[in-house]
Amino acid sequence: MKLKHLAPSAAILAVGALTLSACGGASATGEEASGGGNSDLKGTLTGIGASSQKAAMDAWTADFTSENSGVTVNYSPDGSGAGREQFLAGNAQFAGSDAHLDDDEVKQGKEACGADGAFEFPVYISPIAVAFNVKGVDNLNLSPDTIAKIFKGDITNWNDKAIKADNPDAKLPDLKITAVHRADDSGTTENFAEYLKATAEKTWDAEVSGDFPKDFGGEAAQGTDGVVQTVTDTDGAIGYADASAVGSLSKAKVKVGDEFVELSADAATKVVDASDKVEGRGEGDLAFDLARDTKESGAYPIVLVSYHLVCSSYKDQETVDMVKAWEKFVISEKGQKSAADSAGSAPLSDDLRSQIETVIDSIKVAG
Amino acid sequence: MPTSTQTTVSGPAGAPDPDSRPASGPAQTPKAVVRPGDRIFSAATLIAGILILLILAGVALFLLAQSKDTINAQISDPSSITGGHGFFAYVWPLVVGTLISSAIALLVATPFALGIALFTTHMAPRKLAPVLGYVIDLLAAIPSVVYGLWGIALAGNLTAFYLWLSKWFGWIPIFAPDADGSVSNTGRTLLTASLVLSIMILPIITSLTREIFLQTPRLQEEAALALGATRWEMIRMSVLPFGKSGIASATMLGLGRALGETMAVAMILSPGLLTASLVVSGNQTIASEIAQNFPEAAGLRLSELITVGLVLFVITLLVNMAARAIVAKTSVKGS
Repeated sequence: MKLKHLAPSAAILAVGALTLSACGGASATGEEASGGGNSDLKGTLTGIGASSQKAAMDAWTADFTSENSGVTVNYSPDGSGAGREQFLAGNAQFAGSDAHLDDDEVKQGKEACGADGAFEFPVYISPIAVAFNVKGVDNLNLSPDTIAKIFKGDITNWNDKAIKADNPDAKLPDLKITAVHRADDSGTTENFAEYLKATAEKTWDAEVSGDFPKDFGGEAAQGTDGVVQTVTDTDGAIGYADASAVGSLSKAKVKVGDEFVELSADAATKVVDASDKVEGRGEGDLAFDLARDTKESGAYPIVLVSYHLVCSSYKDQETVDMVKAWEKFVISEKGQKSAADSAGSAPLSDDLRSQIETVIDSIKVAG
Repeated sequence: MPTSTQTTVSGPAGAPDPDSRPASGPAQTPKAVVRPGDRIFSAATLIAGILILLILAGVALFLLAQSKDTINAQISDPSSITGGHGFFAYVWPLVVGTLISSAIALLVATPFALGIALFTTHMAPRKLAPVLGYVIDLLAAIPSVVYGLWGIALAGNLTAFYLWLSKWFGWIPIFAPDADGSVSNTGRTLLTASLVLSIMILPIITSLTREIFLQTPRLQEEAALALGATRWEMIRMSVLPFGKSGIASATMLGLGRALGETMAVAMILSPGLLTASLVVSGNQTIASEIAQNFPEAAGLRLSELITVGLVLFVITLLVNMAARAIVAKTSVKGS
């Protein structure tokens, strides 16, 4: 924990080291390195940001540096807020963030990155499962309003009418519902709350934030693992967690439009494709207003979308080449697959990938 | 009392006169002999003493400096603080939760610890005593993460006990069940966290009091026995009065650990709003609040958490000062 205080200064050091090495290695000028194979890229990339990307980032870093042995990628998972702050202060070359930049931050981005501001694009789509542990029940259909009522504490028993209405065939026991949420501040909670706010606003009247609303009661556990373990250990428990972490727990199907959608990578990808971009942003800003209330058939709307933030311009060619190669690798099919393998994320769609590639290609040297 | 006086070195009392020549031979004037070793030793103790004060001051300054944003926010716009009702509304449930859990831990651990210490020093067979002492000390070496994992496993098994408590003792507010007559289904309540805390502080209190009980003058013990006292009467008349201040300071050290314990509580406790009942879910401690929210905190939130840490720092200082006062008071009577 205490090490985290050092992260910003470590980042500054690393940037310093990069500048130094950039000066020293002037002979190794940047041919366009196409994100793989042999590479004469050399230096250190520093990123700060969301802890949700940690597992994926470990996989990306390992794969990327094995292809580009001259490059070191450091990522400190200090949180999305810290990532955006440090990135906009110029202390990191890229940031990971569970939320896109707000309008103020877009302005700050212009100071940090030049006239075109900061670029942002989704790199990590992680479906959030509503997992439950009820003996004798394997399949469960839940409408957004029911989910909201369960986690708010309005529905307290599994044989409640509202649950029965969506599950006419299930044998629902007379059992107390133990709703488990995250005790710590997390992007998972924020996205889950955002979904409930968008789809069941009348019930979910709390402000959306990474902290679960305390007034709603229920059980809390620390971290994804804590939630999964508590749900696994408690008969009658239900919780939300990254889909990759829920293990053997059953996952509820969620009502979208008129059908109940099962969680899958494709269904998670679909909801991002069905979403609109945030209006009034520059061309390199692929921030999405997620369509939580989508009616799109087969889309699973409870997802966490995590972004990468990069500058539109860097001060030297070396850094530009490195950032390009790195981000291209992250969004490449291979990069997305290794994230899916290690972190259970859903891959980007081809359409979105080609949009992001255009953005990455437009990164240039300042001047 | 050997264990109660640690840190503060109040300057080198017998510091050498800086003008004195290094005594190379038998001095003519009856001046104290000062050899290089003395200088090195006194300098080293002085440095150690000053250093610990500097570190403490550094921590306090850091906490104060980082709390600036929160204090400003509290003055200009209290609703911007987490919870929306200012800093004090945010922090007092945490303070109460911390104090309750530490108090329970102390209440459970102290009698146990004294019993174990007396058993190993005065009652146990010669061969068993060191083994028992060793095992207790081993408890102190278990990392708190492991206690946390164990506590989570324990919690599930305590629900039946809590249900029983709430059924028969529910009229006591701290064992009161929910509105619908049930208790926490997961058992991850403040009571569970407190019980695990009590086991964590047990070895500290035990080994300190054991050392103190061993120091009881043999003559006093034998005199008591010779006057016809039973073993219990001997312990009551000579061992306990002798160890009084030591017991007090050992308990306070244990309390210090319970107040600041982070990992185990963060893992076990299901935090929530402040509730009087300890068998339903709710409550939160300061250390656990900081640990759980720190990783994603930035800006004002970060400052808030550090300010909460400052509050814990102050509480700990107060507790230690109280402990000093108790030790000072009782040791006059004791000796």
